[in-house]
Amino acid sequence: MAEGSALKVTPLNRAHRSLGAKLVDFGGWEMPVQYSGIIDEHHAVRRAAGLFDVSHMGEIEIRGPEAAQLVDYVTTNHAARLANGQIQYSGLLYEHGGFIDDILVHRVAGDEFFLCVNAANQEKDFEHIRAVNRFDAAVEFTSPRYAQLAIQGPEALATLQKMTSVPLNDVHYYWFRDGVVDGAPARIARTGYTGEDGFEIYLSPSGGEAVWNAILEAGRGAGVKPCGLGARNTLRLEAKMALYGHEIDATISPFEAGLGWIVKLDKGEFIGRRALTEQKERGVRRRLAGFEVTGRGIARDGYEVLVDGAPAGWVTSGSPSPTLNKNIGLCYLPAELTGAGRSIQIVIRNQPVDAMTVETPFYKRPR
Amino acid sequence: MSSYPEDYRYSKEHEWVQTDGQVGTVGITFHAQSELGDIVYVDLPKPGARVEHSRSLGSVESVKAVSDIFSPVSGEVIEVNEDLAEHPEKLNEDPHGGAWLVRIRLSAPDEIKQLMTASEYQDYVGAES
Repeated sequence: MAEGSALKVTPLNRAHRSLGAKLVDFGGWEMPVQYSGIIDEHHAVRRAAGLFDVSHMGEIEIRGPEAAQLVDYVTTNHAARLANGQIQYSGLLYEHGGFIDDILVHRVAGDEFFLCVNAANQEKDFEHIRAVNRFDAAVEFTSPRYAQLAIQGPEALATLQKMTSVPLNDVHYYWFRDGVVDGAPARIARTGYTGEDGFEIYLSPSGGEAVWNAILEAGRGAGVKPCGLGARNTLRLEAKMALYGHEIDATISPFEAGLGWIVKLDKGEFIGRRALTEQKERGVRRRLAGFEVTGRGIARDGYEVLVDGAPAGWVTSGSPSPTLNKNIGLCYLPAELTGAGRSIQIVIRNQPVDAMTVETPFYKRPR
Repeated sequence: MSSYPEDYRYSKEHEWVQTDGQVGTVGITFHAQSELGDIVYVDLPKPGARVEHSRSLGSVESVKAVSDIFSPVSGEVIEVNEDLAEHPEKLNEDPHGGAWLVRIRLSAPDEIKQLMTASEYQDYVGAES
């Protein structure tokens, strides 16, 4: 780590150190990449539950009589259709149809929205929304006001329920409720980034460490473990959830990324709509595809993909899959080549290694 | 914490070598495996391959990343730990023992003198982390 580099820390930094976490520079934040080990933590989330510090994520709040119009103007999904207490996954796009960010839109009230955005994009997102705001709505950057914890896995609900009077069974997937967790006011959302059931909890930074410790204590008997960003990445990859800077960025559109379902072209004017409408009529040239490496080796981000021996695309994310015990990945390929069952090759350290396109998600939780 | 065997010599790139006459057994250090995390893949040369001091001997991959293994000595690979292909996790469990990587017939045994002793290496990784 460079001497003198001022890494931002979350309110949980001390807790991570006392748990012996391995801390790394993650986009300017000192974050835990692992505690007991990525594979162990990954299995804990699939089999019991894991607790993640995701306080580096950003929050932007939008309030005012035309808050819904502003959110709908800057995002691809249909925000005005949300009921109070409901959440949607959405895209924040440039005019040309590429991603500024992928975000979660929470409707707090008719005239109030709460956006959860990626850590590395938060300032950019805020500046963008403020710059294009021609509505009767105020845009506020509120990241410093929140710590965010995620508890994910089959034991998440029972563990969290010990610490809150909010009836969590009634908080359905992609809904949230404001309540109290272990004495601290909290926004409790049934969302996550692991492919498991679970909750993301937004609360005051000052209360973060106490709630973190209390959840670990409450979940100890059930096998709940602290989990780092390493496991978060392998979990989200198995569930085929996009990571900004990998599956999506300024050059990628929602249709290419397999996220057409968050684009509502008929909802009215929004930034990126014209480009997306044209792209929908024309069809996309490339599309995201999942693959398994059938030869020996692990595909990594940025590796070249060959079809019939010729360069055809690139790997966006690649990793061993602890759940499937295979080496998996996502890549961009010409749209006509993305069907499952195609033989491809990944160039791993100058060696073409055999792989096969497969159906995604790689992992779907049993319900 | 792990103790570093006194009769091994250590490189700045976190490999160890134990010599027995003209043959050196090479592995990665406890510190190296700890920094890498869960090791899931090991790529090693075949017997007969020539390796050079400070040049890549192969690679190890953890869940997160791939890292080169730099040979602490020069010579010819005479034996490879085949067990690691099936059980790369042994590198996390026993890096100074059963999870040795290769045995090398040394072409320049004096190279050993440039490597660190156990206590020097202990200081080195203590200072680094």
